[in-house]
Amino acid sequence: MEHIKTVNNANLKESCAKGGCGECQASCQSACKTSCTVANQECENESRKNNK
Amino acid sequence: MVHTFYLNGYYIALDVNSGAVHVLDKLCFDLLNKFEDKLPKDFPSEILEELSKDYSKEELLEVYAELLELQAAGQLFSEDDYERFTDMMKGAPIKSMCLHISHDCNLRCKYCFASTGDFGKGRKLMPVETGKKAIDFLLTHSGNRHNLELDFFGGEPLMNWDAVKEIVDYARSKEEEYNKKFRFTVTTNGVLLDDENIDYINKEMKNVVLSLDGRKCVNDNMRLAINGKGSYDVIVPKFQKLVEKRLEGENKEYYARGTFTKNNLDFAKDVYHIADDLGFDQLSVEPVIADPSEPYAITEEDLPTIFAEYEKLAVEMIRRKKEGRCFNFFHFMINLDQGPCAIKRLRGCGCGNEYVSVTPDGDIYPCHQFVGNDEWKMGNLDDETLDIEMKDKFACSNIYTKEGCKDCWCKFYCSGGCNANNYSFNKDINKPVKLSCEMERKRVECAIMIKVAMADK
Repeated sequence: MEHIKTVNNANLKESCAKGGCGECQASCQSACKTSCTVANQECENESRKNNK
Repeated sequence: MVHTFYLNGYYIALDVNSGAVHVLDKLCFDLLNKFEDKLPKDFPSEILEELSKDYSKEELLEVYAELLELQAAGQLFSEDDYERFTDMMKGAPIKSMCLHISHDCNLRCKYCFASTGDFGKGRKLMPVETGKKAIDFLLTHSGNRHNLELDFFGGEPLMNWDAVKEIVDYARSKEEEYNKKFRFTVTTNGVLLDDENIDYINKEMKNVVLSLDGRKCVNDNMRLAINGKGSYDVIVPKFQKLVEKRLEGENKEYYARGTFTKNNLDFAKDVYHIADDLGFDQLSVEPVIADPSEPYAITEEDLPTIFAEYEKLAVEMIRRKKEGRCFNFFHFMINLDQGPCAIKRLRGCGCGNEYVSVTPDGDIYPCHQFVGNDEWKMGNLDDETLDIEMKDKFACSNIYTKEGCKDCWCKFYCSGGCNANNYSFNKDINKPVKLSCEMERKRVECAIMIKVAMADK
């Protein structure tokens, strides 16, 4: 494309297929304790990661 | 839903429901901004006429074709079809705990949300037996979850250090039998750090959060010892020693974690001080959560200054990243490819459902920020009680139940914000705090822009 560059692969939809395992860290436990940013947490679902 | 923004010379479009991030040229940006919903197959003539004052029709048609191509690929105006997952966490195991090992503190920080350590309920240390019961609670309520998180919190956890060690030993002794892995963390103000507990923390704690606000004048204005003196000179050498030794070991994660207030809206200087002058490279400096009547509380009029500061920090981080010598800033960390699944992003931290806090008396609360508020007491370890109705209330609170979230572009990054913050300001966990939302949106824009800039060769 001449006018658009896509930086990442759209994958939020695909993430649901093997998502919801609940093994990832509670976001509040990582560094903040007073506010939330969830999107910086690491996925810990082995089957989803291996599927990458 | 598509969110477009211009930052640091980049025209950026985020397709909210797929998570796709696109960098556009100005023509494409101007064109995309004419649409609030899906693009029709044919270029609307009135928009073509309007934009042809500035751009050639040929180019406009070319760009429109590219946008249609993205839309067909599900990377533009994609559907929000996640609402079917909202009940998925009802009945979820509890696998994460904030253990209030000490409701006492040896500092008197002015902005402390825990009423200088005792959460308004009197100064207490947690008995070891209560800590062991908390471990048993996690072991028996965590279902098939393998990784269990436990943060030693306070007050100041080092004031009850022997109990911490006994509780860790107890938990480790149960791991094999229950097929669980405990991940311990500790949040400390550093005053009581010594060689012995530094070595223990570095051996046993997966992450350690070191509370430090930045420049000496900033830190010592808010983080005071009981005698009224600043804490900077006491804690900084201890934190440096901890991190130096930590980086030689297996558990390397840590955060130097500061709070900024109305008194230091130039908080980027504190970030640089912690990184450049003190040598830490894992940083988190966050806005204070405070009653608006407090003189140090952040208010709406501060937002333009805070936004400019975040932007300045982001640009400086890009410069350093390109030189290969940058620090991590917690709120600008974002994983655009393999971050949390959308199901996780619907409800955020999981407090009150997958995550609870336990006090020295064995009382259970949804999280540390609800502690001390009787209305939110969920149960007690001694009584073996747990309010399942309240647990379900948290399980079913998500970006579709929270006011304004469904139509906000940031919903999959903040996941509806902090329930405790929402309750504290708006008396409703489902009513986000506007001020916090504004700052979060700016941070996420900066985080995305950093990714864009780093992909720009």
